[in-house]
Amino acid sequence: MAKTVEGLYYSESHEWVKVEGDVAIIGITDFAQHAMGDLSYVDMPEVDDELEAGEEFGAVESVKAASDLFCPVSGTVVEINEALEDAPELLNEDAFANWIMKVKMNDPSELEGLMDAAAYEAMCANE
Amino acid sequence: MEDNLLKTCLYDKHVALGALMSPFGGFIMPIQYTNITDEHNAVRNAAGMFDVSHMGEIFVSGPDADKFVGHVFTNDIVPMKPGDILYGMMLYPNGTTVDDLLVYKEFEPQSYLLVVNASNIGKDYEWLCAQAEGYDVKIDNQSDIWGQIALQGPEAEKYAVETLGLADAAGLGFYTYYRTADMIVSRTGYTGEDGFEIYAPHAVINQMWDTLLAAGVVPCGLGCRDTLRFEAGLPLYGHELSDEITPLEAGLGMFAKIKAKDEFIGRDALVAQKEAGLTRKSVGIELQDKAIPRAGYPVEVDGVQVGIVTTGYRSISTDRSVCVAMVDKAYTELGTQVEIRIRKKVFPGIVTKRRFYETNYKK
Repeated sequence: MAKTVEGLYYSESHEWVKVEGDVAIIGITDFAQHAMGDLSYVDMPEVDDELEAGEEFGAVESVKAASDLFCPVSGTVVEINEALEDAPELLNEDAFANWIMKVKMNDPSELEGLMDAAAYEAMCANE
Repeated sequence: MEDNLLKTCLYDKHVALGALMSPFGGFIMPIQYTNITDEHNAVRNAAGMFDVSHMGEIFVSGPDADKFVGHVFTNDIVPMKPGDILYGMMLYPNGTTVDDLLVYKEFEPQSYLLVVNASNIGKDYEWLCAQAEGYDVKIDNQSDIWGQIALQGPEAEKYAVETLGLADAAGLGFYTYYRTADMIVSRTGYTGEDGFEIYAPHAVINQMWDTLLAAGVVPCGLGCRDTLRFEAGLPLYGHELSDEITPLEAGLGMFAKIKAKDEFIGRDALVAQKEAGLTRKSVGIELQDKAIPRAGYPVEVDGVQVGIVTTGYRSISTDRSVCVAMVDKAYTELGTQVEIRIRKKVFPGIVTKRRFYETNYKK
């Protein structure tokens, strides 16, 4: 059973968002890593990339397939998790402890369009 | 939708093993039991087994069988002895590919087994019947009767002989086969490793699966079947070959004998294509980056598309990002620098051979 973490925001495309001030820390959920299987590559954005809410910013790839990543909020990439470049399997080991990127948000009110843990679990239960 | 999918005779075994099941070629098939990497490595380093019962078995026999098979098949069956197997294609008159297949020369005169891709069984059977006018042959699609297990890897022979008791398997040469009362045992495969493909009725196949599983042979899904065949430079119909691709373009001209044979369907088109010169060809491409090229991604030079990826992976055995791509002829020389567009970025790559892994066939 895929786990969730209380206090985070969740997108329909299986990203999680942790908010620290005006920075959104973004990763993929445990449900997503489990569905993908063993990950072999994470295609990450670059620092200073400007992203719209819902825009594709990269992908996670297993042996078999690539799955696009979508940015849940608009903003500017301020940091990427370089550890994932050499160790994409970190996302399989703990999807919530290993974030993918940090985004300085343009409009924190966009967070209101995302789900809480309970709503996300309910959505996953129907997939 | 899954209601329309066919199940192989081993379907219940896959479900009981907890396999991830997915549609392939009209069947519901196991993609993986544990994970693709472990299953891939089991075949490279020890032994794995695949349920390939979805493959098609079409028997051709009758007074004109030699002539008919020679007419529809690109490779030269004249030198074949009973027990020999040849790889080749069936082509449309325009030289593009109906299917790629194995032809088994049977032990009775004028008798052959054609092993075809699951997704093409119906099409191939109809194609064969349509070409048979004027030939005294019987075309018998027995795909529903035969199950098949591919036992593959450096330890395959040990399991065939010791676990299955197939003593004659040890002396069997590459691309030959023998029959027992209820089995066809063939030294062939689709992995780049030594191994066997064993055809038998459903009950025999079920028993064989259980015996091999109990002996420690790793059950392997179609996921690693694809990574293994890809590394070994073996084509997959629908990717490297199709009804829009000729064997010459796919780099498989050695299996289409336009010199040794003066007639087969599609031959004239291949001769013309060779004389005119190819406009595109299938090549290998290796990326320096870890980004993974996938089927359908564009190959570019100076921002202009010059080709398309047909299969690509982060190769498990070599840990390199590699692909096979159909590329404009001008960019097919080994060492040519190209780029592959992967989502928003382009990644530099170098044209290589299509085989990324040194095969270990038994000679």
